Amino acid sequence: MRLLTHNMLSSNIKGVVNGFPLRIEAEKVIHKEVDLNPDFLRNIFSKIEWRALSDAARSLGYAELPEEAEESMLDSDEFLGKFHHALLEIHLEEGALVCPETGRKFSVSKGIPNMLLHEDEV
Amino acid sequence: MWYLCVFFHRLLDYRRPEVEALAELFQHNSSNEPLEWRVPENHHPDSPFHFVNLSSDDVARDIANRSLLVKGMYELWGEGSTLEELEQAIKSYPDERKSPYLSSESTFRITVDSFGKVMSFEEQNNRIQQLAYIPFEGRVNLKHPDHKFWLMETDDHGGNNGLPPVVQKRIFFGREIGGSDRTLIPTYQLKSRKYLGPTAMDAEMAFLMANQALVKPGKLVYDPFVGTGSILIGAAHFGAMTMGADIDIRVVRDGRGPDRNVWSNFKQYGLPMPVGLLRADNNLPPWRPGLKEVFDAIICDPPYGVRAGGRKSGGRKLLKGVVGPYTVPDDKRTDHIPSTAPYSLVECVHDLLDLAARMLVIGGRLVYFFPVLREDEANVGNTVFPEHPCFELISSSEQILSSRYSRVLLTMVKRRPYTEEIAEAARVKHTEFRENHVKWLEDGNIHSSVFTPADQLTVSGDTKPLRDLKPKYRGKYV
Repeated sequence: MRLLTHNMLSSNIKGVVNGFPLRIEAEKVIHKEVDLNPDFLRNIFSKIEWRALSDAARSLGYAELPEEAEESMLDSDEFLGKFHHALLEIHLEEGALVCPETGRKFSVSKGIPNMLLHEDEV
Repeated sequence: MWYLCVFFHRLLDYRRPEVEALAELFQHNSSNEPLEWRVPENHHPDSPFHFVNLSSDDVARDIANRSLLVKGMYELWGEGSTLEELEQAIKSYPDERKSPYLSSESTFRITVDSFGKVMSFEEQNNRIQQLAYIPFEGRVNLKHPDHKFWLMETDDHGGNNGLPPVVQKRIFFGREIGGSDRTLIPTYQLKSRKYLGPTAMDAEMAFLMANQALVKPGKLVYDPFVGTGSILIGAAHFGAMTMGADIDIRVVRDGRGPDRNVWSNFKQYGLPMPVGLLRADNNLPPWRPGLKEVFDAIICDPPYGVRAGGRKSGGRKLLKGVVGPYTVPDDKRTDHIPSTAPYSLVECVHDLLDLAARMLVIGGRLVYFFPVLREDEANVGNTVFPEHPCFELISSSEQILSSRYSRVLLTMVKRRPYTEEIAEAARVKHTEFRENHVKWLEDGNIHSSVFTPADQLTVSGDTKPLRDLKPKYRGKYV
């Protein structure tokens, strides 16, 4: 699971108000190189919750992202590279996503987060 | 400028919409005016020969090269019902349009092609000899010519590949601008794919869907019923970032081993991996509140209900449903899917439209298959498709699967933003589905009735006589 996906997910258990961002419990993190696509990054930038991304990256050991970011920073190749790396190249292979409110764990195995709820959570 | 657009004689309903979608992709006019089309004199709309008005050679070439169903785009130099008429037409075509392609420095090739008949090699040569009135000065190069010319003719008797007979034969001569690359299809064919599911989308259709969705590099494409990834492979081939979800974790996570899973399917073709795969229920999507307008396209083949039994794994609730405000209306419901199956289909479509309305960018496209029961002759052709206040339906292409069923590829464009009111209406509907679910379960066993065997099919209590197999012509079966 890349941090792009993490940035889009929340705990949707019935009754949970603040299900975002999910805390990451990492057992195995891998890095996979991906071709950099500046257009894609510029498109997606405004949809990203920046704080959640930079915090998630830090919790996985990548502390290069600034705490705040704005559109104009996309002109810098250096920033684009870091944004790209954090968003698409860091993979949570094994671990869990933890609901910030209830502590319910959504397991991540072989890179696939299992976001399905139990019967009593819907 | 008008171009002769010659199609392959297959998937007839999909041909014009594909060209229209690609024209929007390559022809950068924001006017949103529909493409102009016409068919040659005496030709039926299902004929492979069409004329289309495009802004330039470059656009025509881009469309033809990317298309799956366009055999070629041609600058027409002349047409006629007889060879004499053709000669007149070619001679009167302006010299300044012709001479750049006839010069002595260039190489050329003439191909003779026919529709509805076979011409012997001798006849073909004969035809080429008869074109001696065109002042070709360049050298012939059969393998890699600079300019390709085509002489194409239709047959003028009897059967015509299942089309209504052409009254009079027509001969076309033109210069090729571009042609489709169908080598994609054998490259991506399902039989050599490592990991397949029971409903894997065939390669040609996956590419057509990607074209309908205006897929191009840098776009983010989502498939909520990803399965083995067969639809996303088409989108990834055209350069999109892909993301998929499925309710069945065995499919998305495990596949059939380390080298036979969704990832390996992308690896097999050297395509970039999906940027995200997750297990999620389309009925209760886990997207964070406030997340909207992230996907450029949503492309999918929703479960029609035939597989609904498989979706209740892990003690999950069964699919459930009722007719929604922007889904299949009551009077059409029984006509669509036998017995209680529309429950699953209807709710699934409701959820899909709601998801797409929220998650697509303005101008983004939702491309999906919708099943139609061809039970009632009168019903064919005026089926009511799902509607949504955010969306405009821009094309529907039918593919007949059997005498009873067909599926229609719907392309919808998001025109209006997802408002609070629409969200609220969708939420109410969602709750209604949930609350009534148990009751519907008690009324009938959804699991066993989702797929009613053909000979038991009844509609609202009246047993309808089985329809005769009587297609008027083979057109759509091609």
